[in-house]
This record gives sequence, C-alpha cells and structure tokens, in this order.
Amino acid sequence: MQRYSGFGLLKHSLTHHENWQRVWRNPTPKKEYDVIIIGGGGHGLATAYYLAKEHGITNVAVIEKGYLGGGNTARNTTIVRSNYLWDESAHLYEHAMKLWEGLSQDLNYNVMFSQRGVLNLGHTLQDMRDIQRRVSANRLNGIDGEVLDPQQIKEIVPHMDCSDNTRYPIMGASWQPRGGVARHDAVAWGFARGADAYGVDMLQETEVVDLVIEDGAIVGVKTNKYGVIKAGRVGSVVAGNSGVIAKMAGFDLPIESHPLQAMVSEPIKPILDTVVMSNHVHGYVSQSDKGDLVIGAGIDGWNGYGQRGSFPTIEHTMQAIVELFPIFSRVRLNRQWGGIVDTCPDACPIISKTPVENLFFNCGWGTGGFKATPGSGHVFAASLATGEMHPMAKPFSMFRFHDGALIDEHGAAGVAH
Amino acid sequence: MSQKNRLGTGGRIDRTTPLKFQYNGKTYTGFQGDTLASAILANGIDVVGRSFKYSRPRGVVAAGAEEPNAVLQLGATEETQVPNVRATQQELFDGLTSQAVNGWPNVDNDMMSWVGKLGGKMMPPGFYYKTFMYPKSLWDTYESMIRKAAGLGRSPLENDPDTYDKVNQHCDVLVVGAGPAGLAAALTAARSGARVILADEQSEFGGSLLSSKELLDGKPATSWVKSAVDELAGCADVLLLPRATVNGYHDHNFLTIHERLTDHLADKAPVGMVRQRLHRVRAKWVVLATGAHERPLVFSNNDVPGCMIASAVSTYINRYGVVPGSELVLMTTNDYGYQAALDWHDAQRKVVAIVDTRQNPQGARVEQARKRGLNVITGSAVIEVQGSKRVSGVSVATIDAAGNKVTGAVNRLNADTVASSGGWSPVIHLSSHTGSRPVWDDKVVGFVPGPTVQKQLTAGGINGKYSINEALSEGVLAGLNALAKLDLPATEVVLPSAADMVEEASMTLFQIPHLLPTSKAPKQFVDYQTDVTAAGIEVACREGFESIEHVKRYTAMGFGTDQGKLGNINGMAVAAKALNKTIPETGTTIFRPNYTPVTFGAMVGRDCGELFDPKRYTAMHKWHVEHGAKFEDVGQWKRGWYYPKPGESMQECLDRECKATRDSVGILDASTLGKIDIQGADAREFLGRIYTNAWAKLAVGKCRYGLMCGEDGMVFDDGVTSCLGDNHFLMTTTTGGAPRVLEWLELWHQTEWPELDVYFNTVTDHWSTLTISGPNSRKLLSELTDFDLSNENFSFMDVHQCTVAGVPARVFRISFTGELSYEINVQANYGMHVWEKLFEHGKQFNLTPYGTETMHVLRAEKGFIIAGQDTDGSVHPHDLGMSWCVSDQKPFSYVGKRGMARQDCMRENRKQLVGLKTKEPKVVIPEGSQAVFDPNEPIPMTMVGHITSSYYSANLGHSIAMGVIKGGLSRMGETVYYPQADGRVIEAEICSLVFLDPKGERQNV
Repeated sequence: MQRYSGFGLLKHSLTHHENWQRVWRNPTPKKEYDVIIIGGGGHGLATAYYLAKEHGITNVAVIEKGYLGGGNTARNTTIVRSNYLWDESAHLYEHAMKLWEGLSQDLNYNVMFSQRGVLNLGHTLQDMRDIQRRVSANRLNGIDGEVLDPQQIKEIVPHMDCSDNTRYPIMGASWQPRGGVARHDAVAWGFARGADAYGVDMLQETEVVDLVIEDGAIVGVKTNKYGVIKAGRVGSVVAGNSGVIAKMAGFDLPIESHPLQAMVSEPIKPILDTVVMSNHVHGYVSQSDKGDLVIGAGIDGWNGYGQRGSFPTIEHTMQAIVELFPIFSRVRLNRQWGGIVDTCPDACPIISKTPVENLFFNCGWGTGGFKATPGSGHVFAASLATGEMHPMAKPFSMFRFHDGALIDEHGAAGVAH
Repeated sequence: MSQKNRLGTGGRIDRTTPLKFQYNGKTYTGFQGDTLASAILANGIDVVGRSFKYSRPRGVVAAGAEEPNAVLQLGATEETQVPNVRATQQELFDGLTSQAVNGWPNVDNDMMSWVGKLGGKMMPPGFYYKTFMYPKSLWDTYESMIRKAAGLGRSPLENDPDTYDKVNQHCDVLVVGAGPAGLAAALTAARSGARVILADEQSEFGGSLLSSKELLDGKPATSWVKSAVDELAGCADVLLLPRATVNGYHDHNFLTIHERLTDHLADKAPVGMVRQRLHRVRAKWVVLATGAHERPLVFSNNDVPGCMIASAVSTYINRYGVVPGSELVLMTTNDYGYQAALDWHDAQRKVVAIVDTRQNPQGARVEQARKRGLNVITGSAVIEVQGSKRVSGVSVATIDAAGNKVTGAVNRLNADTVASSGGWSPVIHLSSHTGSRPVWDDKVVGFVPGPTVQKQLTAGGINGKYSINEALSEGVLAGLNALAKLDLPATEVVLPSAADMVEEASMTLFQIPHLLPTSKAPKQFVDYQTDVTAAGIEVACREGFESIEHVKRYTAMGFGTDQGKLGNINGMAVAAKALNKTIPETGTTIFRPNYTPVTFGAMVGRDCGELFDPKRYTAMHKWHVEHGAKFEDVGQWKRGWYYPKPGESMQECLDRECKATRDSVGILDASTLGKIDIQGADAREFLGRIYTNAWAKLAVGKCRYGLMCGEDGMVFDDGVTSCLGDNHFLMTTTTGGAPRVLEWLELWHQTEWPELDVYFNTVTDHWSTLTISGPNSRKLLSELTDFDLSNENFSFMDVHQCTVAGVPARVFRISFTGELSYEINVQANYGMHVWEKLFEHGKQFNLTPYGTETMHVLRAEKGFIIAGQDTDGSVHPHDLGMSWCVSDQKPFSYVGKRGMARQDCMRENRKQLVGLKTKEPKVVIPEGSQAVFDPNEPIPMTMVGHITSSYYSANLGHSIAMGVIKGGLSRMGETVYYPQADGRVIEAEICSLVFLDPKGERQNV
C-alpha cells in the first residue's frame, strides 16, 4: 500500500498527481472465501479490515450492492460519542472511541476525527436527573463526562440562547470533551483501502439476491453478477436492509426500518465549535470544517426504504435549531436528505449469531451507528474469526428479545425516538 | 461612479429610478430593475469573490440560480446580516449593503491566493485525507487552520428582527416556472377554470422571454408575456407567485414554495410585512416548466473574471442594459450560443471572434453572425485564457472533429470577456427530489426527467425542448393533459408563434482539449465554488473513485451552494472520459431539496420562541403567578413547582410546605394530570387488558390505582381510574404521559381489539383538579359542601358527585401524600372560583399551596413511585415491589404479561426499587448517583443501581431517597455507596420504601 503523508503529496505534485495508486482494486471474485461480508458500509468495511489485520483472515470478500460507504455511512451527521448509560453499550462505544482516537494513524488515512466535544442539553428537571445519572455512570465506567450549568454551557457555545426567555430554557448539559465528529466518507474509504491492502476483495455494484443454506448452515451467497460465491462464514452488515437478508435466511428480526433525515446549511464562517444535541427540543447541530451547519433530529414515523423523509420532520427539526440558535434564522438550508435506519425496540444494536449456523448479523444500530463504526467492526471481526461472539458483542445477541435481557438506551440516545 | 458598462437604452430597468448601493464599503449606483449582479457588472466590478481552495479571483459567471461565484454577504446592520446571497438573484434596492465573503485584506488583493498559487499543486482532491496525520498531537492545530478557511458568509450575531409565515395551499395544477412553457400551461389550465398556482423564482414572469429578442407574431415576446400574465391575474382561481421558488418536491405531490416578500425592498421587512413565506402545497397535478441551465465549457483558466456563460451575456445586455466587457470572444458548440455575440455586436461593442468547435456550422444564427461581418472561426476552441483579475486574452487553436485534441497552431487574441456555451442542461432537480432517476438523452445532450410515480407533467426546456415554439406548444399540451387527468373540459388555446430558425445539431463537447494533458494543463474548472478541476476528477478516477457518487464526494463536486447546477454534467462527462465510459453509464448523482437554499426562518415560520411549543396553563395559573410560584415544565404544562415567600430559600420553602400539609392541610393544583374519559360496554374489559391489575370487580363509585406496561412488561404509565358508571370510567395519567397514553389506548383498540365496544376521549382540559391534603382537609371541604364527608359515607378510594362551593363537582378520595386527601374536580371554568373559596375558608387551617416539588417529597415519604422518574423502561412491576398490582387471574391476557414472564425478567438479582437512608442524615444523595457495593473498586466500577428520587424530608428530619439496587428487596439493612464527581462517597443503608406511616393509617381516618 502506498503510504500517505505530506511529503508524498509534495512528491506527487511534481509528477502532476499522475502516479497515485488506486485506493482499492476492482477484483474478479474468487469462487470461495473464508468470510463474506454482505454490505460495504463503514461497519462492513471495518469488519473486513480488522478480520485481516487482527486475525490474519484475508480471504475475505465484501459484497456491496451500490458503492462503498454509500448507505448510512454517507448520510449521517458524523457525531462520535461514547457517553452511553448502560454498561454494555458504554463499553462497546468506548471501545469504538478508543479506536477512533488512533484511527487516522492506524489506517494511514486522515478520517479527520475531531474531538470538539459533545453537549447533551437538559431542559427539564427530569432531563437533568437523566443527565446526572448518565454522567455518574459514565464516570464510574471510566468515560469522560461532566454536568455543566447554563453559565458553563454559555462559555462553550457563546452563540446559543442560554437565557431564561425560551420556551424550554436550558437547565444544564452533559459534556463529553472526547466526543466530536469525523469525516464520514473518509472512514469508509480508509477502512476499504486498508482492507484492500491486506487482499480483501471489495465487490461493488454486486447484490446478494439469496443465501445458500445447507443443513441449517450457510455455505455461500448468490449474487446478481457472479452467481453463487461460497463462504465459510457470512456476516450481514446491511443496516436498513437487514430485514431483507433475514428473510432470505428464514428468520425475523425485531427491526423497523425508518427514514432518518439530515440537512446542512450553506457554509458559513466558523461559529459553532462543538456538537450540540438536545433531546427535549429535539434536534442537534454541529459545524463541519467546510462551514456547513450539520443538522439532524428524529426518525420519520413510518417504515420504508425510500431514502427521503417527510417535510414536517424537517420543519420540526429546524424549529428546534432556531429555538436553540435564534441568530441562525437568516442562515439558509442548503440541502436535506434521508437514510434508512434499522431500529431495535431497545435502541441497541444486534451483533449476533443467528438461527443459521455460520451466519452472523450486525445490525440494528438505528440512529447512532456511525460513532460505533470501528468498535462494531472490531468486535464483529473477532466473532467472525473465532465463530464465538466477542465478549463485548455478547450482550447484543438477537436472542435477547426472547429472553428479555434488553439494554434499553432510549433514555440515553442523543435524541429520543 | 459612473456605470461604465451600462447601455444608454434598452433593458427592463428603470433609468429614472437610480438606486444607491454599497459593495465592499464603496457606494455605487444602479437602477430599479437591476439585480445586484447586473449593477455590479454595470459598474465594471470584476472580482466578486475568491475561490474556496485556491483563493483565485472570481467574477460573475451567470445570471440566475446557477451562479456559483457571486455569493455575497448582505445587510446594513448586525441583525439583518444575510450570508451567501447570490447576487444574480438579489434585486437591487436603495441602500443595499453588500460585501465579498472572502479575501484578506480584501477580495481584490487576497494574501491567501499566495497559498493557492504556491501550495495549490499540493492540494489535489482529498489531499486532507493523505496528510495532517503526523504527529497525531498536531491534528487539532492542523484542523484549526483548515477551519479558518471554512465558510462563505457569516451568520448574524443578533436575533432576526423579521417574521416568517407559512400557508397551506391546495390546487388542481401547480405550474413551476413562468417562462413560455409555464405560462402556456397555466393559461391552458386556467381558462378551463382549474385552480392554478403559478410560481417563478424571478421578480417578473416571462423566464427566458424577458431577455429574448425573438418576436412572437411579429411583436416583442414580452408583450405576449404581459397579456398572458394579465389574463391569468384576472382568473379567480389563479394564484400568481413571483419571487417564489419551488424548492422541494416531496412524496404525494407535496411541494414547498419559498416566497420572498420583502427581500427586494429592504434589509428588514417594512413594518407590518413578513419577510418570507413558505407555501406548503398539495397539488393534484404538477407541471414542471423549469427550463434549462446553460453549460459552460471546461477549458484552462476558465474561471478568470470575464469568463461567463453565453446566455448570461445576452441576459445582461437585453434585460439589464449592461454589457459586461468591451471585447468578446465567444466559444460555442451550438447555434444558440451565437446569440451572445449577436447581442454584443448590436450593443456596439467589439466581438473579437466567435470560436465554434464544430467543423462546418451553417445554422441561421451562424449565418446572421457572418452577415454582420463577425469573425467566425470554426473547428476551433479557446484552449486557454490569459489574465488574473480579468481576462486579457485567449489562446485559440483548431481541434479535431471529436473535440479530443488540439490539431493546429495556437493563436492569441486579445479580449476581456469569454462567453462559452456547451449546450444546455434541463433543470430536472424537482423531478429528482421524489426519487425519480433522470435518464440521459443523447439528442438533448443532457439528463431529462425519468419515470415518476408522482402526478407530474413536464414541458419545455426541462424536456430539452428549447425553441420558443416548442416550449409554448409543450406548455399547452401539459395544460391539456392536466385537464384531462382532472376531468375538466378543455378550452381552445391559440398561442402566438416565433419565426422558425434553421438550427443545426450541436456538438457533444464538455472539456476543451489543451496542448498539455489535463493533469499538466493550467486548471480547467468544472465546479467553480468548490474549486473542482477536470484534473482533480481525473485524479479521483485514477485512484479508484469510480462511482459518480464517489467522484462527487471525493472532489466535493456539486457540494456548493449552487449544488452543481453549472458544473455537474461537465464533471460527469470528465469522469466518464477518464473511466472510458459513457455519461449514462457513469450515471448521475441525486439532486436533493432545496433547489436553492431556504432560510431557516422560512422553514420555521412562526413556530419558534413563544410559539415553539404551546404552553398549557391551568385555570388557576394566574393565582400561582400572583403568589410567587416558581414553575416547572412538565410536558407542555407550566406546573407550579414551589411557592417561596420573600427571602425564603427553596429548601426552606419546601420544608414549610411539607410540614403545613402533614400538620394541617395543603393544596395542589393537579389539573395537569391526564384525564381520559372511557365509555362503552367493553370499557371494563379493555381496562383489564391494558392495566396489569384486575378491573372486573371495581364497583361504581370506586377508584383504583393501575399500572400500565409496554409489551416488554416494563412500566409505562400509572394513575387512578374511577368507575363512574358500569360502562363509564375516568382514567388519570401522568401529566407528561397523557398524549402518549391516549395514543396507546387507541393503538391497541384500533389495531388489536377493534371488536371491543369502547371509546376514548381526552378530558384533561375540561376539568380543574384541586387536591387538598392533610389532616384538616375534611374540615376544610365540609365548609364548602353539604355532602356527608364522614369516613363511612365517603371512604378512601370513593368518588362522589356533589356540590362544592356552589358548583357541581366530582370529588375523589384518593391520596398521593398518604394523608387524608380529596381531589376536587370541577368544570375548568369554575376552577379559580373554587380555588379562591378554598383559600377563603382555608385561612383558619393555614391552607398552604404547594407545588410539584413538595408533592414529590410527600409521596416519597410514602414510597409512592412517579412513573418516568422512578421507572425508566427497564423496570417491571415486580421490580418496584408492586406485585400486588399485577393480576395473573385475568381470563384474557394483558399488555406486558408475556414480556414480564421472559427469562431475564424472572431472574433473581434484578434491580429493584428500595428506600435509601444516608448515614449522614442531612446529606441528600444527588439524584442519578450510581450505586456500588465496593467503594474501593478501581474504575470501571461495578454499578448496582442508581438513585431515582432524593429529598430532604422536614417531616422526618433526615434525607430520604428511592433508588434501584441489584437484588435490593433482599438486601434490607445493607450498605451501598454513591461515589460523586467531586470525590465524595455517600454511604447509605437500604431500607423500606415507606418512610412514614407504614400502615397507611393517615389516609384512612
């Protein structure tokens, strides 16, 4: 793999950038792989990368029906934080956070992980109780967190309306300084490039149309382009389309696929240095390095696969943003779009074995999967490599919906859905 | 300053109304009818911005929504600042203040351009992914430098003084775009009586006709425009919306129109006017007559100020009377492009050359040019532009028939303006918003709308039909089609026509070859605003970014505020060539709303500030305010929190309220609790299914507490429900949970048990609920009613109808404090009256108002839960020690039964709600504190629960807390620890939840 560096840029500028290598190959698929990963989004690519890097399993294919990183990886609002309430999720997201903290260097690809801090605002007494509870849990779990009062918030976000004159005055916030944002596309590309360097085949514009299951065990997948490709183990990492793959495998998932919208303003000069999230007025915003205000909120109520949502949800989101930042009223919204999120009843993911032997699922990340990307890939790779779920993945079994051992993160989600 | 580029006559400007405006601190003059861009060009201003990455000087390129460069900061005061205004779409008004958004010390002399010049070579697409990684610790520094370059304009720092409106509209036909096709469609539909909305982003209707010299039936096209608009204005059911951009097309023919009502008048909306309005339109049919944008050609240094698209040159001359230069070189691949040179020549300025990339063009306009003696150079192209802040000359060379390479010697021509036309791209954005994929049309050399599931018709330029006659007839056809679909009779529409022109095929050419390969040639810009070059796209493709989405994301092509209107097709063509594919094989990216950016204010309308969310007040709110209450937001309600007396701290106040209630009598305004009236023959059965406990035997006139769970068996809400008649119940819910509970009931009834005869109605607002609580509450109530309040006649958990303070009331003897307690419900209108009467008679008992905080303390002394505070969606009734509230004897199941029976819900050692008493009686454990058994365990510590409620109890003289602890119910007397952020560790003993009156005698007296 061609190493990237500032010096490399200088060197290549002398040859007019004509000699850059491909970031990944366009391979012809083999007949058989040790592991096939369905879905070339951030989580799938991270899984492939860690399979190769941590477990030496390089005979791996990632099968993607569109282009790499083109699903929710390309559509999210790029927030990274690990201040989850319950131990199981806190450990998983903190595991991801630690990987984030060295990811650019590990991948030799600058994913622009920017730890500019995440504020979760509280507007009611109950919000503040929940914030106290979460921060208390975070601290005892070794995750950075503080409870701030409005004055301290004002110092961090001077342009937010922290006065008492709003409909729901800000009473305080939780603050995770290590939280922040990353360049979402770069995450997918960095993992893809890294995996490719280990010999992982990425098959783009190739759709898995069926699974080949013999005697209760998966032995391969059927694709629209290359027919059947055999595999020792298969990992499905297809987010909103997980129900579709589960149907091929003959079981149901307790997952609902919803549109989740996001939007950006026109680029403006830097004015917001952190990520601000409000569960109560229901919106969140950060500012990208390009200057766009990156805005999101809750899911659209209905189920669907169309990657766009309804206008009332957008209106409601903008109301929340202007409520927090009345000065943005004259700023303009440039673009809005939607992705399809796979939501679980307890707002926690599924990283699990399935009723089909050698078929593993990683899905159900709902509205918050981006922040987990490296952690999710890391533990899923370990599970696929050994055939046994990684200890951090174990609590996220799909069978928890049968036995009731749910991890209810609704209260701790950035925005309640 | 004189307007050196202004023509003496012509155009649609009013030379008798000069307007003063500021640009970069200098004052200039324009005319009524100008856009900011035309006024800037009239004054000979070349540089209007600096490019994002390389800080190259940039000038006005276009005349409409596709303009990428002339993006300015507007606003004379802080509160009226508007970032990123496209000067081509901003009408000039007197006193307009504008500034370039980039450049230090100013846009004309930008020091950053040295970075661009020297470092530009090191900034290929995605360069930031390849560097700034080492040493890791420096990333924050790198990023703060990157961030310094971010953004175009700036946000105001003061609040917007203006208001914005929203309006819902319905129509038979929404026509988008009022050019020839749109006007024809609207006329056709309107004449048949259809309800029509015609919206256009410009200040005047007419579209391309406003800057056209073509004649319709021998008369100027604008005179037909006027008669058409006049006729439409006279139709009763036609709504004409100029300055109104249809910016989003959503599912089910729902569209949004962003109308700018005062942006052309002043910075700030005149008194009594709203600045902008958002129309939310549900249209039976939509006619997209959005026209097309001209494509510039891609050649070296094509971004030097003075390079424009050809049609924009014509527009400035014909519509605004502005010739944006002195010496023109036109490069074109088609006949249309010639119009710019013809107009330039007619404006008495020098056309240096017309450079046609075609080998042997002979169309009508070509011949016109030749007749006027213009220098038409064929089979050639402008391969490079000279100049920095303004074009100074061009290099022209012959190219091969395919347009792939330079074939002859290079000639230099002097010029200050280069107009280019590479053909036209239909404006398909709205059609794409709905998910419809556009399709490539080889004849059009562009993408046209693809199949759609919306009720959408298209006409004119959007279909690649560019002549006036085609546009008019397509417009009529679309109008007729809409009428047919709507089953409305059609009226004949006769339209004027323009003279037919012989027109030749255009050449399919996007990027002009250079002597050097693209990677080495001077920069050939594809997307001006994001500084994407043809070489950059080639690099992206070379590196394996082959999907057009990857190209877009890697290079940032199309990410600007113009959303790639000018550059996207050229970029796709460059990518296709680099990948050795056709454009349709390469595909297109998806256009998303908004077509042009929309202010946050317009999206929000009035739903901000005071009106962000309705405030709900009880009938006694005024009294609470007058008596100094502090309020708490609960759901949408403003609830009295506590009632401090002057000089009293919150704790002192709570202590007083708590003691007064337990010692004598206190009063709470409990009107906000949700109340749902439930009636029907199966109401009782329904309650049994939705609550965990039994309801079969609840007698008329009795009340019962109930717990409600989700399917997962976890507590969801609670409250007291009373039996008012055999088929009639009144359910109460938590204040915040009321809407959710009503939805929940309806959900189960409508989707699972529609066979049950039961009806729900919210009656929360209908009743005022006045809760008096304390040993003297009976005495107090007896002063206001004749009803027999004796314990025998009116016992605990009874409800009776009676008269209180002269008004009919429902009185419930239920208690959330553990005291003798009455909840008096009267019609809300009587609430204040009864409240005041109670105080009149309550003086003797020291009747004390208390709020939610004291209510919380009093109920915690009794160990009563608050759903949502002591529960969190992971707690089932048994965890709360409330197994008494779960009945497994019910013949039908109930919601949550199965969930509760799951393995994990049955296991030992679940977190259970218990009481907690601190070792230090005065120390109140902060709510939310996590519990550990071993305070010396290193981090991460094993957490075993948390505090859900915690108070100082004045009645008990020590703090009390409720919280969950793993296996807590079997750990009575054990010690747990609560480590705090400040280093303290609070020690507490697990105890019973019931701190006061464990036998419950006080409420039964």
